[in-house]
Amino acid sequence: MTQTIEQNAVAGLSQATLVRRRFLRHKAAMVSVFVLGGIILLAFTSVGLELGTEATPIRVPGWYGYGYAQINPVENAGAPTLDILPEFIDGTGLAVGNHPFGQDEVGHDGFARVMRGAQQSLMVMFVIGLVATIIGVVIGSVAGFYRGRTDSLLMRFTDLIITIPVVVVGAVIGRSIGNLGSFILAIFLGLFTWTGLARLVRGEFLSLREREFVDAARVAGASDRRIIFRHILPNAIGVVVVSTTLLMSAAILLETGLSFIGFGVRLPDVSLGYLINENQTAFATRPWLFWYPGLFIVAIALCVNFIGDGLRDAFDPRTKRVPKAKELAK
Amino acid sequence: MLSFIGRRLIASLVVLLAATYVMYVLTAYSGDPLEDLRTSTARNKEQLIEHRIQVLNLNIPPYFRYFIWLKGILAGLIGQLDLGKNLIGQPVDALLASAVGHTLQLVTSATLIAILLGVIVGVATALRQYSGFDYTVTFISFLFYSLPVFWVAVLLKQYLAIGFNDFLVSPQVSPLAIIVCTLLAAFIWSGILGGTWRRRGIVAAISGGATALVLLLINLTHWFENPSIGLIFGAILGVGTALIVTSLSTGLDNKRARNSSLAVVLLGLILWLPFDAISKFLLAPAVFGIAAGFVAIGVAIGWFNGGVDRGPVARTSGITALIMAGIIGVDRFMQAWQPYFNSSYVSGRPFATVGSSTPNLQGSFWVMGVDTFTHLLLPTLALLLIGFAGYTRYSRASMLEIMDQDFIRTARAKGLSERTVVMRHAFRNAMIPLTTLVAFDFAGVIGGAVITERVFAFSGMGKLFLDSLLHVDLNPVMGFFLITGTVAILFNLIADIVYGLLDPRIRVE
Repeated sequence: MTQTIEQNAVAGLSQATLVRRRFLRHKAAMVSVFVLGGIILLAFTSVGLELGTEATPIRVPGWYGYGYAQINPVENAGAPTLDILPEFIDGTGLAVGNHPFGQDEVGHDGFARVMRGAQQSLMVMFVIGLVATIIGVVIGSVAGFYRGRTDSLLMRFTDLIITIPVVVVGAVIGRSIGNLGSFILAIFLGLFTWTGLARLVRGEFLSLREREFVDAARVAGASDRRIIFRHILPNAIGVVVVSTTLLMSAAILLETGLSFIGFGVRLPDVSLGYLINENQTAFATRPWLFWYPGLFIVAIALCVNFIGDGLRDAFDPRTKRVPKAKELAK
Repeated sequence: MLSFIGRRLIASLVVLLAATYVMYVLTAYSGDPLEDLRTSTARNKEQLIEHRIQVLNLNIPPYFRYFIWLKGILAGLIGQLDLGKNLIGQPVDALLASAVGHTLQLVTSATLIAILLGVIVGVATALRQYSGFDYTVTFISFLFYSLPVFWVAVLLKQYLAIGFNDFLVSPQVSPLAIIVCTLLAAFIWSGILGGTWRRRGIVAAISGGATALVLLLINLTHWFENPSIGLIFGAILGVGTALIVTSLSTGLDNKRARNSSLAVVLLGLILWLPFDAISKFLLAPAVFGIAAGFVAIGVAIGWFNGGVDRGPVARTSGITALIMAGIIGVDRFMQAWQPYFNSSYVSGRPFATVGSSTPNLQGSFWVMGVDTFTHLLLPTLALLLIGFAGYTRYSRASMLEIMDQDFIRTARAKGLSERTVVMRHAFRNAMIPLTTLVAFDFAGVIGGAVITERVFAFSGMGKLFLDSLLHVDLNPVMGFFLITGTVAILFNLIADIVYGLLDPRIRVE
């Protein structure tokens, strides 16, 4: 007989073990972890990395033959050579070919561009997630812990940031400071997207700071910093992790949206949103240029959302997986 | 309470003031407002530049220029609001007024439908947790949630607008489509209603059969060429509506509620043809007036027929009257389809991919209504998909949490019917946390949808904002920001107050 999670909970396991076990049981989240890992691996190994400044680039080559900015002779009217339908369905058999995702009218390789775009979008997503989480956690915990005047000051500041539309931030960074690349853009976007997280963390701190273990720590002579980071924050980690993943799925849609309207990543670099914007009018003639970047955005956002859902279930002890009647009868 | 509102308002105003300053300076430094003139080839280029600098005070640095703008806003307190002019000299308030109108038209319907559908589906999945239906809907809502709106928009344009226009050339539903729709309907309805396998089988057979029958009838009667609901089908729909609304609202055992809503449907059927006869001469206010009057009559029927529980009975017959008025209205719009479809401006390709109306088209209220519908369909769908996903997730989670509470067990233990437990005890409480979300969404409504409006070339608030931002046109950007910011503050405040009223555990002090 297999034990349910709830029975295990009685067996005296640590919180981390419980969370890990619950997460590993969440099928959709586990599948998403593997798919997302696959996409990251594919994106970063295929066309390689490009670091350093524009003047002194450091290139790490990948295994894929074409670069994203390289112009190649157009083969086969640019149609994709990838064929995932086996022989008995369409009679041609599996094939990868020279340009699996096709080419645009100039001759850019579709696969290389989508991979480069996915790199940019993933990088922007992680950087926004990191920056926003750090700021959100610090502001939220200080406001929730000290309450009073500090709290209202910080929360009004949060309100101020919420009201500034992110499009404006994109416009200012893109046009007045100049093209600093997607990394700087991501950091600036992170500076404006932490507000939801800060509010959640504050709420969590407001309730946790009244608990007995905080009093105990204070009586034992712990400093404020120690109480915040060693005692309260670990207990609020669930909220932080879950909202960070949700923030990241919103971040990739934000980046692609900004690039789409021309405020995000721009030439010579490409991002998934930029590729869609570039190719939306070519839909009737070259639909593959439009389909592949979109599918990658959806796949990445979907994976992150499912991972977030899995983490939420794993951290929240209230969401119980009720065994079905059949399982109980065994 | 009053002091709470007062303090909140003052704090919000300070925040808004600071935010406008930040916005003003940020936008001013995002580019060069004279760019279009600098690159122009006009002979009086220098004069034009000089003129614009004079009119917009561009020689004053933005840190100080802000206060000129602020003076115009503060003059609004004594009734002389001055939002300034845009780069080519149009007054901003006129621009904003037209943009707000368009945007409200687009986003309000999308938001309302998203809330309605999202809540229904969310609650249904919560009640059938871990069923095949639940898993399917969960996956679909995650998928919708992960869709970039600009990508969906292009797909909708290609497959829905262009595809459907092609279909309308010779509108016959293919046998494959009929089979797919039949199976879908069978799956969805058996999933929602649930129960034993036997019951599911019956539900699947009935719903699938009905779908197939309707589609076959559509083919046989050439419905797409001259769509209508008609009295007979209207009667079936009306009676069905009356029974469903009654069973959800008061339970079918409540004879008075059932009879009142059936009476409302009967009245609607009697008034149908007379309304059709005069409808050609009606303008928009008259149409809405008649609809409101019909709902009022419906409420009155329930009220006077209701006996002891007149409140719920009046509610039931009122909702039925609203839906019945909707059915009659939709039928009337459908009658305007053929003249619209054949008009020279539309010429057989009704579904538009861009814009908010067909240029130069003139016609009755009904024809123009159809025109609005064909233009709004795509952007509304694009917005709907994403909003729907959010509401489904929220209402499902909220409903699940409530259904797990002790008072639900108590209600069941008292022997209350499942309908009463779900609709009266669980549903109402589950909707409380959604008020915040709804308030946020409605505050966002007025800001429009920047990306959606751009993709569909819809001249609403989002497009005004984006275009002005691209040209570093400060005054329209600030006008937009002032409106959205004020509305956001107001709705936030309303959400807090309403939340306090709905949930007595929360006190706003």
